[in-house]
Amino acid sequence: MWRRVLALVVKELFAALRDRKSRTVLILPPLVQLVVFGYAATYDLDRVPTAIYDQDPSEASRDLVARFLGSPTFHLAAMLKSSERIDELIDSRKVALVLTIDRRFTRDLLTGRPAPVQAIVDGRNSNTALLIEGYVSSIVTDFSLAWAADHGGQAPPVALDARARFNPTLSSRWFFLPSIVALLTQIVTLLVVSLSVARERESGTFDQLLVTPLRQIDILIGKGLPGLLIGLCEGSVIVAAAVWWFEVPLRGGLIALYLGLMLFVVAVAGVGLMISSLAATQQQALLGVFLFMVPSIILSGFATPIANMPAWEQQLTLINPMRYFLVVVRTVFLEGADVASLAQQYWPMAAIGAVALTAAGWLFRSRTT
Amino acid sequence: MSGGALRRLRGLLRKEFVQIWRDPSAIAIAFLVPALLLLLCGYGISLDAADVPLAVATERPTALAESFAGAFAQSSYFAPRRFLAAQDAERVMRAREAQGFLWLPSDFARRADSSGKSPIGVIVNGVDANNARIIEGYVQQAWIGWLAAQARQAGRPSPTLIEVEPQMRFNAAAISRDFIVPGLIAVIMTLTGAMLTALVVAREWERGTMEALLVTRVTIREIMFAKLVPYFVLGMGGMAASVAIAMGLFGVPLRGSLLALTGASALFMLAALGMGLFISTFARSQFVACQVAILATFLPALILSGLIFDINSMPLAIQIVTNLVAARFFVAILQTAFLAGDVWSVILPNAAALVVMAAAFLGAARALARKRLD
Repeated sequence: MWRRVLALVVKELFAALRDRKSRTVLILPPLVQLVVFGYAATYDLDRVPTAIYDQDPSEASRDLVARFLGSPTFHLAAMLKSSERIDELIDSRKVALVLTIDRRFTRDLLTGRPAPVQAIVDGRNSNTALLIEGYVSSIVTDFSLAWAADHGGQAPPVALDARARFNPTLSSRWFFLPSIVALLTQIVTLLVVSLSVARERESGTFDQLLVTPLRQIDILIGKGLPGLLIGLCEGSVIVAAAVWWFEVPLRGGLIALYLGLMLFVVAVAGVGLMISSLAATQQQALLGVFLFMVPSIILSGFATPIANMPAWEQQLTLINPMRYFLVVVRTVFLEGADVASLAQQYWPMAAIGAVALTAAGWLFRSRTT
Repeated sequence: MSGGALRRLRGLLRKEFVQIWRDPSAIAIAFLVPALLLLLCGYGISLDAADVPLAVATERPTALAESFAGAFAQSSYFAPRRFLAAQDAERVMRAREAQGFLWLPSDFARRADSSGKSPIGVIVNGVDANNARIIEGYVQQAWIGWLAAQARQAGRPSPTLIEVEPQMRFNAAAISRDFIVPGLIAVIMTLTGAMLTALVVAREWERGTMEALLVTRVTIREIMFAKLVPYFVLGMGGMAASVAIAMGLFGVPLRGSLLALTGASALFMLAALGMGLFISTFARSQFVACQVAILATFLPALILSGLIFDINSMPLAIQIVTNLVAARFFVAILQTAFLAGDVWSVILPNAAALVVMAAAFLGAARALARKRLD
């Protein structure tokens, strides 16, 4: 019996890899996307185009401006002489921040009144805007404390000593690269699995498969295993690239990582087979892939935290395998998590995989008659 | 165009519309998919943190420590949990039940009184760096507010010498949904456009009906045009439904004109459908066309469009790559048209880029289709 299953696996692998175009599609774009997304997916701001309007050109204001220009986060796009161009610069997105230092700046500093500084930010992307405001406020606070110390003022009685565990420089690339393992592994697995049954159904060869001595479970294995193998291979390549090319620290063990990767790929292959056996045509399979893939990525905690979602939607994410694998891959990479501490993430993926595969096996037959 | 060509075109268009009517899955793709995805994702995608679980360890609950910890209990950003030992707070953070913890050591009040700097440890879980940075920002704000309140009580001048007056244009309340939902429309319509057209030509080649069409007197240009028109109509319908959901359900303000929005949407739709047709002619088979459509649409549109990740902060080489993603230009237009209004200095260059992309995709599809005949 295993010989027959093996033959089916080999046939499926051939089907996926024989065609030159299909082979190229499976190998090249995911690797290109890994590199492009690896560099693109970051919330860290860099060279934010900034306009400065210094109404009080003085030693103090120049000091403050120098702190902004010395920071890699900000990049001087315009030095303004009047407030006329502010609206135009912000509206046209030529600058994302306009810093206005008030005329009374030095006078207020010396007399101990709060000296006003205005920060106008482009709120069309409010997350970027909030981050810019955060950077502005921390530069200004640093300046203010240093100025007070230089001018015989009293240091505040209580100071903050902020530290980030696991990611001391708060590099968001460290956060996103492990996530890209999950993203691309899911896509590649879906590419191989989700069209396989639909394609055969459309060309009529699936009925032939059903009349062979192969049992339902054999077909399931034969159809699922190639996706599993290809998904695992691509996942491994991406892990290797994250470690050696992007230099993200891999602090945990490979066992914890691969146990998660394995369960994740099984769950995704299960969902893919389910989509494939539900679909009568490849177009329907494509529709199914998008209907699964888009929410599964957006509602996974990939780009925005699950904690920010409304309660009903947080419940909905419980059936999303990627939600669990993202926790696994991030914590194994950065926190060095071990198998025991990730049990809460492993078993839901195993359960989703089991349910999806069972459903797919059942759908094989029921959709035929 | 001669009368014969016009008649041929009418016939072709009729054929496409009848085909869509018989298999209504295209209608479902155009209307149901955008609505469903926008509903699911629009609610779920938010960057506005509230009630961040935070552990606070006050090793000796003095009045000073209590007043500091109290400042956090009042903030709507935090849901603090109190502990007496730093180890307990650390354990809670490690178990991912808190995003970070504040540590007020036992000599906190004594060192503050003796006017030496008394340190408060702020330890955040840095794995989610963006969230960690936002939390650090919130903590700093709470700290500054507390210092100012303390100084006022003691009749001392404010310790913060500078008052930053932030002004967020276009989205004063910093509601992330207001910029994410318009951006999501661009991503979802990218998928819809590709799904509508990616298979239509490949299917005709696969079934051999393309050859049948080509032995008649119709030209490739006419076939392409006839394939484009019905799906353009459907796609624009889906777009209208998405805009209605964004405004009606998610309450996103539309500050620009409907005319600018419609014009830009039409250009984007042409680019998205053109990309689908290009995939379709390039791939030859439905199988490969599906694979390319899955790979080339969603993730590039999500990650490289500026919807969530700031394009300006990407390395230059990647910024250049983003120019290949039509959604990038449409996201810029949508975010401006919805939140800022008709700012032509943003809308026109991006619209021009969409024209170039649409022309390039449609031209390439036609050239490829012609080459296949040789």
